[in-house]
Amino acid sequence: MGYRTLAMLSAGLLLVAGFQALAVQEAPPPGADMRFRIVDDTTPSQRDSSSTADHTKFKELQGPFADGPAVTRACLACHTEAGKHVQESIHWTWEYTDPRSGAKLGKRHLVNTFCTNARGNEGMCAQCHASYGWDEKNDFGPAGLKWQERVDAGSDEHVDCLVCHDRSGGYYKVPPTEGNEACSVMFEGKAPIDLVKVAQNVGAPGRENCGACHFYGGGGDGVKHGDLDSSLKRPNRALDVHMDADGLNFACSQCHVSDRHRWAGSRYNITAKDTEGTGKPGMRRDVATCESCHGLQPHRNDAVARVKLNDHVDRVACQTCHIPAMARGGVATMTEWDWRTAGRTKNGEGYKEHDYTQGDGKHRDTYKSIKGSFIYGENLTPHYAWFDGQMQYKTIDTRFDPTQGPVAVNGFSGAAANPEARIWPFKRMQTVQPYDKGNNTLVYMHLWGDDEDAYWGNYDFGRAIRAGMERGGLPYSGEYGFVETLSYWPITHMVAPKENALACNECHSRDGRLDELKDFYLPGRDGRWLDWIGLLLVGGALLGVSGHALLRVWSAKGRAAA
Amino acid sequence: MSTRIIMVYSRFERFWHWTQMALIFALLFSGLAVRGVHGMIGFDTAVTVHTWCALALIALWLLAIFWHFTTGTWRHYLPTTQGLWAVARFYAWGIFRGEHHPYRKAYWRKHNPLQALAYLSLKLVLFPAVWLSGLLYLAYNFWGTAGGALGWVAAVHVLSAYAILAFVIAHIYLLTTGHSFAEHVKPMLNGYDEVDLTPAEEAYLRESGAVAMKEPS
Repeated sequence: MGYRTLAMLSAGLLLVAGFQALAVQEAPPPGADMRFRIVDDTTPSQRDSSSTADHTKFKELQGPFADGPAVTRACLACHTEAGKHVQESIHWTWEYTDPRSGAKLGKRHLVNTFCTNARGNEGMCAQCHASYGWDEKNDFGPAGLKWQERVDAGSDEHVDCLVCHDRSGGYYKVPPTEGNEACSVMFEGKAPIDLVKVAQNVGAPGRENCGACHFYGGGGDGVKHGDLDSSLKRPNRALDVHMDADGLNFACSQCHVSDRHRWAGSRYNITAKDTEGTGKPGMRRDVATCESCHGLQPHRNDAVARVKLNDHVDRVACQTCHIPAMARGGVATMTEWDWRTAGRTKNGEGYKEHDYTQGDGKHRDTYKSIKGSFIYGENLTPHYAWFDGQMQYKTIDTRFDPTQGPVAVNGFSGAAANPEARIWPFKRMQTVQPYDKGNNTLVYMHLWGDDEDAYWGNYDFGRAIRAGMERGGLPYSGEYGFVETLSYWPITHMVAPKENALACNECHSRDGRLDELKDFYLPGRDGRWLDWIGLLLVGGALLGVSGHALLRVWSAKGRAAA
Repeated sequence: MSTRIIMVYSRFERFWHWTQMALIFALLFSGLAVRGVHGMIGFDTAVTVHTWCALALIALWLLAIFWHFTTGTWRHYLPTTQGLWAVARFYAWGIFRGEHHPYRKAYWRKHNPLQALAYLSLKLVLFPAVWLSGLLYLAYNFWGTAGGALGWVAAVHVLSAYAILAFVIAHIYLLTTGHSFAEHVKPMLNGYDEVDLTPAEEAYLRESGAVAMKEPS
């Protein structure tokens, strides 16, 4: 019996005993951190009781199912257009064309500051692609068709419906390929999936469905975002007022509304300033902004301070005040990653160090031979900056000057003088990662694979980069170095209750949170020179009257003596 | 010409003066808190107090301006050079020699020329500067540009406020220059002060009863 099944049974017993379903804490098996998406708590966070269809009664779903695609065929028999819709969404294409620059963005193309690139590592990374069978060789199963050709041929059965729609907690994905021996632990101890049970328990996605990938971006729980981690499966009110499991209990799709399997709220196309608000009743379902529900005057206009708060909406994002700190749920986020130290071995074997214990008691790796060294943080103050919604990516072909300080891999624009910009909170990630020293570009690394070139096996950056660039059809000078990079992640989840929102003087003061934003006048912080002149004026008046008074006293004494 | 004790500061004038004093002190206190000069009250409390007091003070000023024009008392503030030099010389020199104040209050000139000039500049320069800049500051969202204009509005507002504080210091100090501080404050409390009346003025005031007068004891 796998420990996943054990966990489910234990949780079930607790429920029967009348207790809340609790996450079962077990000592992680050795190497468990490699299987970063292992979830102890497999019971669903929400129950959708409003559906008009009970899928357990559908004869198409009585099984048996040979594999995932067989379930997909059953789904598509009724949901005839869903497969097409999914394949038009970014969850499928992993591609976004920036309408301004024309640059190809999305996981299919981008270099990031974590495991650096999905491209060429699909055998690992495509476990977060909503499909069956996409690996780094682009082979799609025994049919011998290339994955993309299969898609182009109009076959829908490789769409994985269950990863998003399983409401039983019994479904999971493993990487499409096994990779090197160093990584095989990822496949151990998994209970087989009961496809019939899963297929009969489908529903609208809960937080754990989206979270199965989005909580673990960057290679582990909470690593990438700072405002998205597994603590949001069952958050309390203090952690997130909307997702509060005992309160509003919002699913992700409550805000990230969807239309034909396309979701509002893209990181590639950010609405940094919503000027439409709620729109007319029932109309606005196209954005995931705070304003689309709360309107453009979100505070009640019944007190001076709240009227003033509404005056802030045009220049300060809601998130800036209402998310006072990141990574508040007991799960740490990574703040620094240094690839330079990767590749150390003990007795020829890779190893790990776990020197960080996070709020929920779990240990985090601070060193891994396959990745390098990490620094984590919790309850972090965000980095604040003017942001107009336009991210500026350093794509794989962007040349930069490595002597000009850290390279912002996903920089952004915005300034006080730009009326489209507002002050936003960001998580800022600092990384030291390999780059092409000859061409001054970022590089694709071939990390995952069972071949000799994969870094997660040979610990040889030179080969991994050469193979990664070759597979991407990109020039490589043959010489790599390390460059300091920065990445920025707009913070928008973990919205605190209103009583925990920032007080005015968190920003309206000297040494406040906005100290680094110098391009505008901020009351309470700026214009110190005025107070110095004021001091001179008032001090001068006091000196003047004191002098006058003293002269009066002395002269009166003189007259009395005379 | 005879010296009489008559009502020089009517009930409204005293109400105006002391309400204005209270509001100005509240504004100075809360304004300095907004600037971060002290932290005795939070920023939001400071902004709330400052905004309400400012609106109240503006309402009071509008009322006072109306009162001055309808009662004709605005004439007390007309600038004049007559006797100005003598008063200035007194504060700079004569006061140390035990001289008497050269100015005698008249029915239509209850302020000495220096005083009238000081109050006039307060009313025509400092007060308009502080409340116009304050209104602009308050209404920033309706005109505010992305640039640094707010900084200049704040500069005018803050500097005129400090200048008003300097005025308040001098104003209070001058109360000590007569017989006694209490003697000087009293007219603004009960309204009565000594004024030189011409026989015609005295006869008119007695006849009409337009202004209360205390009989010399």
